[in-house]
Amino acid sequence: MMDEFIQEFLIEGSELLDQLDRDFVEFEKNPNSKELVARIFRAIHTLKGTGGTIGLEKIELVNHAGESVLCRLRDGKLSLNADITSALLRMIDVDRQLFASLESTGQEGEIDLSGVLHSLNLILAGDEKSCAAAASAGPKPATPAEVNLLGEILVSEGAVAEAAVAAALNLQQEGDARPIGEILVHNGAVPQTTVQDALQTQSDSREEAVNSNIRVDVNLLDKVMNLVGELVLARNQILQFTSNQKDAAFLSTAQRLNLITTELQEGVMKTRMQPIGNVWNKFPRIVRDLSNSTGKSVRIEMAGTQTELDKTIIEAIKDPLTHVVRNSLDHGIETSAERVAAGKPAQGLLFLRAFHEGGQVNIEISDDGAGLDLDAIRAKGVERGIVSPAQAAKMTDREAANLIFLAGFSTARKVTNISGRGVGMDVVKTNIEKIGGTVDIASTRGHGTTLKIKIPLTLAIIPALVVTTGGERFAIPQVSLVELVRLEGKTAETGIEMIKEAAVYRLRGNLLPIVYLNRELKLGGQDGERTAEAINIVVLQADGEQFGLVVDEINDTEEIVVKPLSKQLKGISCFAGATIMGDGKVALILDILGLAQRASVAGDSHENAASSDREAAGEGGGQRESWLLFRVGERGKLAVPLSMVSRLEEFDPQTVEMSGNHQVVQYRGEIMPLVRVADALQLAAQAERGGPMQVVVHSDGGRSVGLVVDEILDIVDQHVTITSKAEDPRLLGSAVIHQHVTDLLNVPELVMSMAGGGRIA
Amino acid sequence: MSATQQQFCTFYVQGLMYGVEVETVQEVIRHLDMTGVPLAPDVVAGLINLRGQIVTAIDLRRRLGVGDRREGELPMNVVVRTADGAVSLLVDEIGDVVEVEEKDFEETPNSLPSTSRELIRGVYKLNKELLLVLNTQRSVNLSASAGESEPGTH
Repeated sequence: MMDEFIQEFLIEGSELLDQLDRDFVEFEKNPNSKELVARIFRAIHTLKGTGGTIGLEKIELVNHAGESVLCRLRDGKLSLNADITSALLRMIDVDRQLFASLESTGQEGEIDLSGVLHSLNLILAGDEKSCAAAASAGPKPATPAEVNLLGEILVSEGAVAEAAVAAALNLQQEGDARPIGEILVHNGAVPQTTVQDALQTQSDSREEAVNSNIRVDVNLLDKVMNLVGELVLARNQILQFTSNQKDAAFLSTAQRLNLITTELQEGVMKTRMQPIGNVWNKFPRIVRDLSNSTGKSVRIEMAGTQTELDKTIIEAIKDPLTHVVRNSLDHGIETSAERVAAGKPAQGLLFLRAFHEGGQVNIEISDDGAGLDLDAIRAKGVERGIVSPAQAAKMTDREAANLIFLAGFSTARKVTNISGRGVGMDVVKTNIEKIGGTVDIASTRGHGTTLKIKIPLTLAIIPALVVTTGGERFAIPQVSLVELVRLEGKTAETGIEMIKEAAVYRLRGNLLPIVYLNRELKLGGQDGERTAEAINIVVLQADGEQFGLVVDEINDTEEIVVKPLSKQLKGISCFAGATIMGDGKVALILDILGLAQRASVAGDSHENAASSDREAAGEGGGQRESWLLFRVGERGKLAVPLSMVSRLEEFDPQTVEMSGNHQVVQYRGEIMPLVRVADALQLAAQAERGGPMQVVVHSDGGRSVGLVVDEILDIVDQHVTITSKAEDPRLLGSAVIHQHVTDLLNVPELVMSMAGGGRIA
Repeated sequence: MSATQQQFCTFYVQGLMYGVEVETVQEVIRHLDMTGVPLAPDVVAGLINLRGQIVTAIDLRRRLGVGDRREGELPMNVVVRTADGAVSLLVDEIGDVVEVEEKDFEETPNSLPSTSRELIRGVYKLNKELLLVLNTQRSVNLSASAGESEPGTH
């Protein structure tokens, strides 16, 4: 059982230490700020005094030494330099160690103080004259949570000389029982009225500190939050009743209940909100320490520190953000010499920005450093077997930059103690995604890197779209929602096209994979779209891929309270939880990513790439993926991963034109080169059969290439095991698909070879 | 109540009397509207709203493998506390709270089908009938029984 006083001291002391970290870094920038030095002094004085009062000798000893140094700084006997700041910061680190030990064992523990005491004493050694306030360490402050000592107030107001206060303190120490104010008045150092004003100031500040804040147990807040959640549901139920009630008094009461509940909900949410500054506050210290140890000069700037986030989210992003900041300093920002050589200011800038947007919090961490070396990243990706050389070459810069979020990826030339061990950014991404957030990175070589994080404001109550399918209601978190499409009349019959088994819809020219919710959830019944006059498509975003979800009915948007599913149902990846609707019934919340994976419309292209490489090497055990089957010439069947296909088109052979040696067609206002697969692979071409040309469009980074094939056969979704590896790099190998041996085409390699050899058709 | 006595909340499933320790029962309520959970194991009847708490309902008939209730027969909810929160057990009919004595206890007879034997801790021989003691923790643990097999990792 930990001593109550120690517990109280730990809570209060930790806040003081956090404050000290910030103040010291600030102090280093403004060494002449009287206000700062006074604040630092008071904080250390309180640590020393309170620690001493409850018998924490080491804390008293360390902070006493620190206090002495500060005292000289305050009096101008010493001037601040990096050595002094480092020594004082080391003192705070020792304080933290002592705190950690106190927290776990209730004892100060065996922490060696000699190092820090030695460095502080070295600083003091220059000046032997004892400092008044530091010497007054003997009498402990009567009240541990002393807000402002009267003597300090009087000195800072300039009403009395510090020497007079020191003399009065000495008198007290010698046994004078009178309060310090009385002694001062008696000695004629200060008029009575001034002391009274100062006393008023002291009691005001004391009251302010006591009255404006209270500590509340987080568990209690969580409980209140839950109860408010219940109240919101009860309110929603009551509001449903109002629709068939005519009693005016009841209606107005219900209305009031509605308003009060909403306000209460907002209020309680606010109690759990904390400014992001609470996390950022420790960054100046980290930046300072890292700049010193790496020999770089870095300035940190912040905007939007007051942006508020739910406490649980603050906790969850603390470590990822710290990691990102360390990364920027270690890899991003160059040394001063390199910067000057590159024509940039010697001092690097780390800029943190937070702001609210669309019910989400955006956090941006930018540096003006060297930017990501995308070529090195591509090379590393190939080396680590994450992507194939061809894929690496065709990756857009943004895709390449996002490779750093994959596990086991680090391009740091040397491993430092800060980062570069190849763990980290993937953990950052996982942790952010765990709380429903997203991470993106943008980088310009030579100009810096910006990491953008989007996270939800709170996890407890989220806006959702309610839909109905097969008579059941489901909630779709609004964050996954892109748009709603309604097909009516004629388009309802023809809008959704089939590529054999796979349904797609042309959304502004792009093929949007279609998923039927009733089929995915095995709800049975008719596919709503066959009978109804209209089809409702909810366009959703999962893991960077979009897909359309066909539902029977789109109901409404609603704020829902997310409740977890019981253990028995945890295994179903399609559901993220459940909620209680206005009518008191339970509705399931769809997990869009889980649903997409179930329907295999969300393909992580990197993973697919890696797996097809593995399979090509004959190691893979088979990966479930969708493949487009087509026929070329007499050779028979070929297949490409569906993820490589952006559209299927038909062209009139008359529209083919020549550009240089290449056959091209005009396509969507651009010129698209054509690759005749039969010619490229030197297959016996089929006799011209007339009719439109079948073209598989492969797009990458805004450029499209059309693969001319003879016939589109099918789309299959199955485990493909590559049985034989091909000699030709343009083929991944062969596999058995639908009882037929099928060659698997390596599209990027094929396109590359064409472009390189100037043999595009 | 002496040390050898124990109180059981009893209920009926297809004519047989089952019981769970009174302390583990949170409440007994009449039939509530349920929301089905697609893709869930068969024995999960759905989710109920228990005054704002979402509770999974497990159909004991299916869990015990004794065939479904007749059309139109509404089950009752026996809400029990388990290590993983409250779970509702759907039963046919609610019985009394009965007091049993240790001396009347006997191990589960081996003649019972294995599906129900693993869920029954033992039998109390009462005056008129037998009381089968349900192992609630095992009854709500579905990981051993068939669930929805998830599609391949990707």
